[in-house]
Amino acid sequence: MNEKTLDFIEPETSVKVLKVAGQKSSRKRILDMGLTPGTRVDVIRRAPLGDPVEFKLKGYNLSLRKREAGTIMVEILE
Amino acid sequence: MTEKITVAITGNPNVGKTSIFNAITDSKQHVGNWPGVTVERKIGKRVHNDIEMEIVDLPGTYSLTAYSLDEIIARDFIIEEKPDIVVQVIDATNLERNLYLTTQLMELGVKMIIALNMTDLALAKGDSIDAENMQEFLEIPVVSTIGSKGNGIEGLLDAVAGEIDKTQFTESVFTYEEEIENNADELGSILGTDPYFAHYPLRWFSMKLLEGDENIIKKARESDSYTRINEILSKIDADSLEAKIADQRYKTIQAMLRQVCDINTEHLSGSDMVDRVVTNRVLGIPIFLSLMWAAFEITFTFATPFMNIIDIFFGWLAETATNVINIPWLASLVGEGMIAGVGSVLIFLPNILLLFFMLSLMEDSGYMSRAAFIMDKLMSKIGLHGKSFIPLIMGFGCNVPAIMATRTIEDTRDRLITILITPFMSCGARLPVYVLLAGAFFGRDAGVVIFSLYAFGILVAIVSAKLMRSTILRGEDAPFIMELPSYKIPTLKGSTIHMWERGKIYLKKAGTIILIGVVGVWLLASIPAPGSGGIFASEEIYGSTNSVIGVIGVMLEPLVAPLGFDWRIAVALLFGVVAKEIVVGSMGVLYGVGENEASLSAVLAAGAMTPLAGLGLMVFTLLYAPCFACIGVIKRETGSWKWTMFQLLYGTGLAWGSAFVVYQVGSRMGLLA
Repeated sequence: MNEKTLDFIEPETSVKVLKVAGQKSSRKRILDMGLTPGTRVDVIRRAPLGDPVEFKLKGYNLSLRKREAGTIMVEILE
Repeated sequence: MTEKITVAITGNPNVGKTSIFNAITDSKQHVGNWPGVTVERKIGKRVHNDIEMEIVDLPGTYSLTAYSLDEIIARDFIIEEKPDIVVQVIDATNLERNLYLTTQLMELGVKMIIALNMTDLALAKGDSIDAENMQEFLEIPVVSTIGSKGNGIEGLLDAVAGEIDKTQFTESVFTYEEEIENNADELGSILGTDPYFAHYPLRWFSMKLLEGDENIIKKARESDSYTRINEILSKIDADSLEAKIADQRYKTIQAMLRQVCDINTEHLSGSDMVDRVVTNRVLGIPIFLSLMWAAFEITFTFATPFMNIIDIFFGWLAETATNVINIPWLASLVGEGMIAGVGSVLIFLPNILLLFFMLSLMEDSGYMSRAAFIMDKLMSKIGLHGKSFIPLIMGFGCNVPAIMATRTIEDTRDRLITILITPFMSCGARLPVYVLLAGAFFGRDAGVVIFSLYAFGILVAIVSAKLMRSTILRGEDAPFIMELPSYKIPTLKGSTIHMWERGKIYLKKAGTIILIGVVGVWLLASIPAPGSGGIFASEEIYGSTNSVIGVIGVMLEPLVAPLGFDWRIAVALLFGVVAKEIVVGSMGVLYGVGENEASLSAVLAAGAMTPLAGLGLMVFTLLYAPCFACIGVIKRETGSWKWTMFQLLYGTGLAWGSAFVVYQVGSRMGLLA
């Protein structure tokens, strides 16, 4: 299976969001920011010190710490 | 007769709300804080078509589920204070996410208008948006604007004037799947019969309950119908419903976007190209550090000549006043007290204006969030957010603007810790104290000593942050979910307005506290101690053991004796709370060498103090209570005397402890003897 959490995805990879877990408040925020199931997310790059990570979705750029990215289940798009 | 209405401007962060606000109000605005909190409240006025509009610029928000203080304020304003009309500013280059807030605002059933902003940038990107079509789809007015150039503002105001008289509310065009709609209807009918909810838009309240919004559930719990509400809520799986609701909102948006616009997805934006360099693995940090250094240099180098001019001017004014006024005590009060006091406030103004100009350039261009992105890993190690880094660096110049710069940090706990540790960053005013003492006692090693003091300040700040995070300000780390907005060219007007707003805040608030402090210290130094027989404010009394402050110094002497300090140092340190530079001047007066620093240095080196006590004094000066201007700003920015006192006591306690260790341990071990 190609299912992983978002923090394990290498830069320059595109994924599709499957599910957002995590605690109530950050989960809701993540959904509000557009990371709803089915959304395509491009992993752009990691910060120079390795964390946080920059993503592109819905035409804008978002950055999440690995901790938050780890609550998002995704599927790698070929 | 003119009509009076309230217009709230809302929208996501970085969409140009403030430029629209500035363009509408054309600098007829005032800035204050929301009652009880330190989030900025900007209100302006504008008369258009005989309608007097009070315009309120709300803090940026991504959704009506409130997370940060900013968002709670924006939401509560719309729901509780019920503005007559809400203008949502939308970034035309980022429609999909921006419209998410629109779906929620529409559920509120408020009168609203969309300002489709930055349409020039969208066009340049190759997008085409049919505003008329969008207006038809949403059934609310959509006006194209370019806030930075002031385009479309008249049209926007016309739309506000036209919409305000409409009596019919727009029904939400956003419908959800059957399960959600059924539950929402059921909840709505319960809420509708309970007068407790009369204040709220029912559909919105029902949707929020279904989403499991904690604030809203708390409100519902206080009502009589909560058992019936809870019956419905317990039947559903809130977590999955919440995801479904968000998902369906975005689906509706996508359906609309397919109809009304053509978005060029192939376009590689300039922002992406800049980011490839600016946040690059190798170059990112060097570029960041160079930019920080440049901002710092420009701020403090350019400010110096202006500071000198202000210094000379107030020196001249004080001298003139002293010469003109014949009553000696009044001359001293006006000259040494008030004019010198006002001068010590104004001297920081060039610093503050320039620093805020630089910060505003970084913020408006979009670089600030990249800086947070780059530094976050490092800052998270001490329990803070990437955004805490810039204020801390700025603290090396002057703690006052640095503390004001913490406003960019959204999380209240992160912000509070940053405010509390900023005074440990050695500001420019402490340097003269180091130069004098290190020069007197350490000769060739003075440079190393001074460098170590700066490093020690950073260490204390880091350890304090970790300590506060794990004790008094414990809590989960705020989730780091930050937008990296597209780069934009900042406008001179925007940055100037921002700079001047900060300057005014500083002058008003910090100014009053400094003035009171300075006059207070002058009084204590001028009033002869009872029984001393001296004359009020005479030269023999001012600051001597025969003045009240001298008596206080003598009283404090036992407290500072374990640090190797005598009453003179106690008095100099008391004066130093007014402004750190004064420590040197006061020591000059107290050791009887006047303003001559060379002879003061000679007196100290000749044995007025031991080198260890001198080192301790430098450490003490670094850590103890910051200057009046800084205390005033800590009070203003934390909004609490409790936290202000905490900083003063914590810092002074640390200062005492460190100086004690330096002096006692050092002399036991026979160091520097």
